[in-house]
Amino acid sequence: MKSVAEILNEIRPEFDFASSTDFVGDGMLDSFDLITLVSALDGNYGISILGTDIVPENFQNVQTIEALLRKNGAGL
Amino acid sequence: MNFTFHRKRISGIFVVVPENERSFVEEMKNFNFPLARSLKLKEVMGFDKRRIVPPGACVSDLAVFGLQRLFEQGWLKQGDIDALLLVTQTPDHFMPATSSLIQGRLGLKQDMLCLDINQACAGFVIGLMQAFMLLEQESVRKVVLINADVLSRKASPKDRNIYPLIGDAASITILERDTQDSVIYSNLKADGSRAEALMIPAGGLRLPSTPETAVLEDVGDNNLRAKDHVFMDGSAIFNFVQTEVPPLIESLLAWAGISTDSVDYFLCHQPNRFMLQKLADKMKLSYAKMPNNIVEHFGNSGSVTIPTLIAFNLGERLLKETLHVCLVGFGGGLAWGAMLLDLGKLDFNAIVEYKENHEYA
Repeated sequence: MKSVAEILNEIRPEFDFASSTDFVGDGMLDSFDLITLVSALDGNYGISILGTDIVPENFQNVQTIEALLRKNGAGL
Repeated sequence: MNFTFHRKRISGIFVVVPENERSFVEEMKNFNFPLARSLKLKEVMGFDKRRIVPPGACVSDLAVFGLQRLFEQGWLKQGDIDALLLVTQTPDHFMPATSSLIQGRLGLKQDMLCLDINQACAGFVIGLMQAFMLLEQESVRKVVLINADVLSRKASPKDRNIYPLIGDAASITILERDTQDSVIYSNLKADGSRAEALMIPAGGLRLPSTPETAVLEDVGDNNLRAKDHVFMDGSAIFNFVQTEVPPLIESLLAWAGISTDSVDYFLCHQPNRFMLQKLADKMKLSYAKMPNNIVEHFGNSGSVTIPTLIAFNLGERLLKETLHVCLVGFGGGLAWGAMLLDLGKLDFNAIVEYKENHEYA
């Protein structure tokens, strides 16, 4: 199973996600990237992230993404 | 708002799609966007093939083409049409109503109603409701509901947010009284305070089209769009659908006193595959029960996607049998609505291609 950081790097390899605490605000993830990311996270963790949870606040950094995954039933 | 209709039915569905097919892979170069990211988007959203009209083709062209085919096939008689409803957001003109132009071009009788309805992706459900209301009148025996849009003509080819998903199409749905004691349940909601999430800013009287409104502007994320083009706040629309549509369906089922198990199919408007899969997951429905394969074959044609879904997936089947279905539309307005009805034993249920060499009026 891939880590969140590995999946982020696959989607936007040109960015250093470790250097940011606000991926969306810093322009590293746009709205279509969020969709691609959710699809990848769903497949990787065998879950379906609720559509109502797909909001920028939940994708600010690795910690908020991991919290989102736990909320949606991923075993981390 | 809840509605019920008794002894009404859909007796035929006929969809017209332009023969001109566009491929997302071929169009990716139009977007200022890395190839690998576009391909990922294609996989998740279901962008692939779509149909768009040739230059100059209008809603009335698609509608007249389809109605002429129905007359030729003997599936509809001109003199039987008591009302012609047209749901569109891309009319031929501000005035007159495009339904009147269609009536005139086909030489239909004067003793009938022609009515344009400005609705978007909820327009199939709303159009059906209007048609069923008309059938309450003794003088109205047959209603022709046309849903049609040529939104590709108002979309920026440099706007990745909307251009790859737009499809053009028209559908013709015939509605009549039912000899069976059938009941149709429907509900509808609207929220105009969120109207700007999906709009064409310029071209009306509030902001008339000028050379300035035709200038492409950088609107972020490497997209270019003019004020004359259609705008969609994708995130707002996505959240609207995920928040509002499940309770809409649940309240309709509760009102009708049935569960999801009693419904054969949930036939939703087709914005993109991802949004529909999330909707199905939220409602704990299989993707087979809430199909999502229209964008990849035809594009998103607004209020025409539900009849396209029906004709494409259940074309032959609904000629022979009857299914209990829930139609669900949602989109511009904002407006959202659902309808539970028996659908089947149709006289026709097919898709035909609009030929480019068809003469325009």
